[in-house]
Amino acid sequence: MFVLALLLVVALWELYKLIGPQDGGKLFGLTILPRANDIAMPHVWEMLSRYAQPERRGASGSIALVVLAGAWFTLRLALTGFVLGTLIGIGLAVLMTRYKVVERGLLPYLVISQTVPLIALAPLVVSWGGKLHIGGFEWPRWLSAAVLGAFLAFFPVAVGTLKGLTSAPQAASLELMDSLAASWRQTLFRLRFPAAVPFMIPALKLAATASVIGVVVAEISTGLAGGVGRLIIEYAREATSDPAKVFTAVFAAAALGLVMAGIVAVIDLAAMRNRPPKESVE
Amino acid sequence: MSGGSDTRTEVAAAVEVRGLTKTFNIGRPNAADALVDIDLTIRSGEFVSLIGPSGCGKSTQLRLIANLLEPTTGQVLVNGKPARQARLDQDYGMAFQQAGLFEWRNVAKNVELPLELKGWNKERRRQRALEMLDLVKLPEFTEHLPWQLSGGMQQRVAIARALAAHPPLLLMDEPFGALDEMTREHMQSELLRICGETETTVVFVTHSIPEAVYLSTRVVVMSPRPGRIKTVVEVDLGSERDVDTREDPAFFRKVTEVREALRGMPMTDLDEAALEP
Repeated sequence: MFVLALLLVVALWELYKLIGPQDGGKLFGLTILPRANDIAMPHVWEMLSRYAQPERRGASGSIALVVLAGAWFTLRLALTGFVLGTLIGIGLAVLMTRYKVVERGLLPYLVISQTVPLIALAPLVVSWGGKLHIGGFEWPRWLSAAVLGAFLAFFPVAVGTLKGLTSAPQAASLELMDSLAASWRQTLFRLRFPAAVPFMIPALKLAATASVIGVVVAEISTGLAGGVGRLIIEYAREATSDPAKVFTAVFAAAALGLVMAGIVAVIDLAAMRNRPPKESVE
Repeated sequence: MSGGSDTRTEVAAAVEVRGLTKTFNIGRPNAADALVDIDLTIRSGEFVSLIGPSGCGKSTQLRLIANLLEPTTGQVLVNGKPARQARLDQDYGMAFQQAGLFEWRNVAKNVELPLELKGWNKERRRQRALEMLDLVKLPEFTEHLPWQLSGGMQQRVAIARALAAHPPLLLMDEPFGALDEMTREHMQSELLRICGETETTVVFVTHSIPEAVYLSTRVVVMSPRPGRIKTVVEVDLGSERDVDTREDPAFFRKVTEVREALRGMPMTDLDEAALEP
């Protein structure tokens, strides 16, 4: 199904190149339709074959290796951001489940936090981090990017986990735990969390892809070198002379999202292995 | 441990309810008396059913005994202790209409839950779980997951779980309400056997008259709005009850007695009453 969808996208791209206006569709002097020329929209095969060529003239090795190294760098940051965001999100959800007052006070601010543009936040985080000196700890530059990934990742986790912890356990199960004189903590770990898993998985999926977006955007806006975000910016500057180049990095960023989603899919399989098959759920 | 509880139950009633009143939404316009002036003493070894139409407060009364609700006035003693202390000491086990097994735990782990909360070690827990599954005749389903079991089997696991810590008292809230008639009758016989073997006192909420009569040594008939005890029917069918009991004329006489006690009560439940002009 995935491959089919991919082929469809490729076909649409090439079809538009075939029939679309070379200089863009204009209406009252405004460009409405994108230009279909080779500089704005290189052929798919040109993008793919670009991977085999060196990054720039005279450089040894193919660009694929450069992009791969960048992707690996970004993946590690995204994973750090994802784990950090997940821990913060779960922590907030537990706090909000425990104290209704926290939920009422905090939830609106969490929602507001997500409306702050990441680009505006990125330089702030970098400068805050730069001022931070705890003991011998020096805030590394890459940590800012990971934190920005976490900033996007924590929100879906907090909201999804909160929903799961509060509404997934059946009333009778909560009564049962009460009748067994279970502490709040025991109820949390033995009932609320396991019951919340089906709510948490989709939240983690969102968080996984959001952390990639966060890190890539943070790389671009803080000028952090080494990752695909930086490559996208660099290669985009060469768009007129080497239009296919930027797509090699863009595809890598997209693939990272898929890798992260794949990691969550593995978590899903592991966490849900004992659960009833979907058909039997009423 | 069992020796201690034996001597205790000789002196104290299993359940003692005195002057119990429960009002929901107190001080608000929608305040409702769920229970008024309930006095009830249940001796150790008894099987007492609470029966009555919807809104008579039978489930509320069970939850007050379980200390899942606090009474508005009056007192509940379980094994001679305040209900709250009895709950904290796990002096009773509880089973609900929904078996309520945790779908992420296998059968044995579900039975182990109360023991886990008590801090028993793994071996001791496992051993007791296996004993309990023997008792409810599901020894070969230890590693099965709840969704792989039928409704009746799930309810057996729930009973095994409720009795895992060997509490002297079992509180049941329409536990067989969701089962088909055949399974239900079978489960009733099984419940009597299990409680006989373990010498457990039972308080059982039901809205089935034959079920109440077949199981109980006493049937407490309750009337609604406000919930109160209308009458108590002693059921002297002996302790050995089997298929023949259900066809015994004495059984039918008791069924009739309970039915007549229930007659004349408003049978509409609260929702239907609210629809009337």
